[in-house]
Amino acid sequence: MISTFVNDWLQEMTPLHERQQVVAIAGAAAIVLIVFELVRRRKLREEFSWVWILTAIGIVVLALNQGLLTTISGWVGAASSVSTLFFGAIIFLIALSVQFSVRLSRLTHRQRTLAQRLALLEEELAEARKQKAAAERKDRARSKTSSDEVA
Amino acid sequence: MRASTVLIIPAYCESGRVGDVVRSVRRQILSGQLPAIDILVVDDGSPDATTLEAAAAGARVVRHPFNLGYGCALHSGYSAAIRSGYDRVLQMDADGQHDPTMLARLIEALDNGADIALGSRYLDRNAPDSSFARRIGTRLFSWIASRWIGTRITDPTSGFQGLSRRALESVVNDGFPEDYPDADVLVQHHRSGLVVREIPVIMHERLGGLSMHRGSRIAYYGYKMLVTLLLLPIRRATPLRSPDTVARGL
Repeated sequence: MISTFVNDWLQEMTPLHERQQVVAIAGAAAIVLIVFELVRRRKLREEFSWVWILTAIGIVVLALNQGLLTTISGWVGAASSVSTLFFGAIIFLIALSVQFSVRLSRLTHRQRTLAQRLALLEEELAEARKQKAAAERKDRARSKTSSDEVA
Repeated sequence: MRASTVLIIPAYCESGRVGDVVRSVRRQILSGQLPAIDILVVDDGSPDATTLEAAAAGARVVRHPFNLGYGCALHSGYSAAIRSGYDRVLQMDADGQHDPTMLARLIEALDNGADIALGSRYLDRNAPDSSFARRIGTRLFSWIASRWIGTRITDPTSGFQGLSRRALESVVNDGFPEDYPDADVLVQHHRSGLVVREIPVIMHERLGGLSMHRGSRIAYYGYKMLVTLLLLPIRRATPLRSPDTVARGL
């Protein structure tokens, strides 16, 4: 029932790029919704979310402004606007991966430094406790001897 | 009373061996063949009884919460040495490869003005057999290291070393490599004006456990060492480790 309705509605839409527009805008809306939901559930930090929101805005701008994609295709020398789109998407994903690798390197470094400091502090704490216990034992032994002498 | 020298023994999964190594060093000290030195085992997050065995044998033990790599274990040891105010550091492996009777030679070299006393198994030509890949790697990196440093280095991968206080300050502060510190660290030492001297030592076959140079790691090791050596002259100091927050506790 719903599918026939959607099919009829899609059939009515001409020319073809209108469909593309709808699909692109729906996709962008989905990205925005998913990102907001992840931020709301605190599964995604705000500092990472803006990239995706920006991506969604970019998709909407390109969908609404067909001429823009053609102009960009002219600039980069692409034969069709589709290849420009794919090219842009790949560049974007590569940039994102590189950025994540850099962040990962930094995190690894920080995590190692923290683990090392923790290990050193634990050892120092254990050593201090041992010394304190030894000093207390010595004190007890001394007070015991002096009380024995008094008795 | 605290000794002025500390022996660092990085260990990963060395249960069954590390205790013997610590005890053999202690025997050397008790018999007067070695001066008084403290022993610090850095357990690199072993899931086995490495920490217990080392502590039972009488060593101080710093234990990483999880495995961080050989270089990190050494760095933790160096940092502990700085934090405890030691004047110099010796380092040897926990797998029984390094003969504790040779520590005296390293100490002597440090006494005679070396900043880094590097125990070489190849100077006396009585090295234990090693794999083909390892021999090729050692040749290549000893050639590169010798070229950089200007004197002949035969065993740049040796973990049997002695470091002066100056060298210690330099390694904790200047981006110490976290996985395989060897030829690149030597070159770095040389560049910062430290005296590197090779000392002939006897090494044995490892008594068991896992070598860090195994399988595909050898390929990564080769790649990493080449990249590091190539970038050495133009690389920046590690921002997070200068001044070092691990050693100083800042």
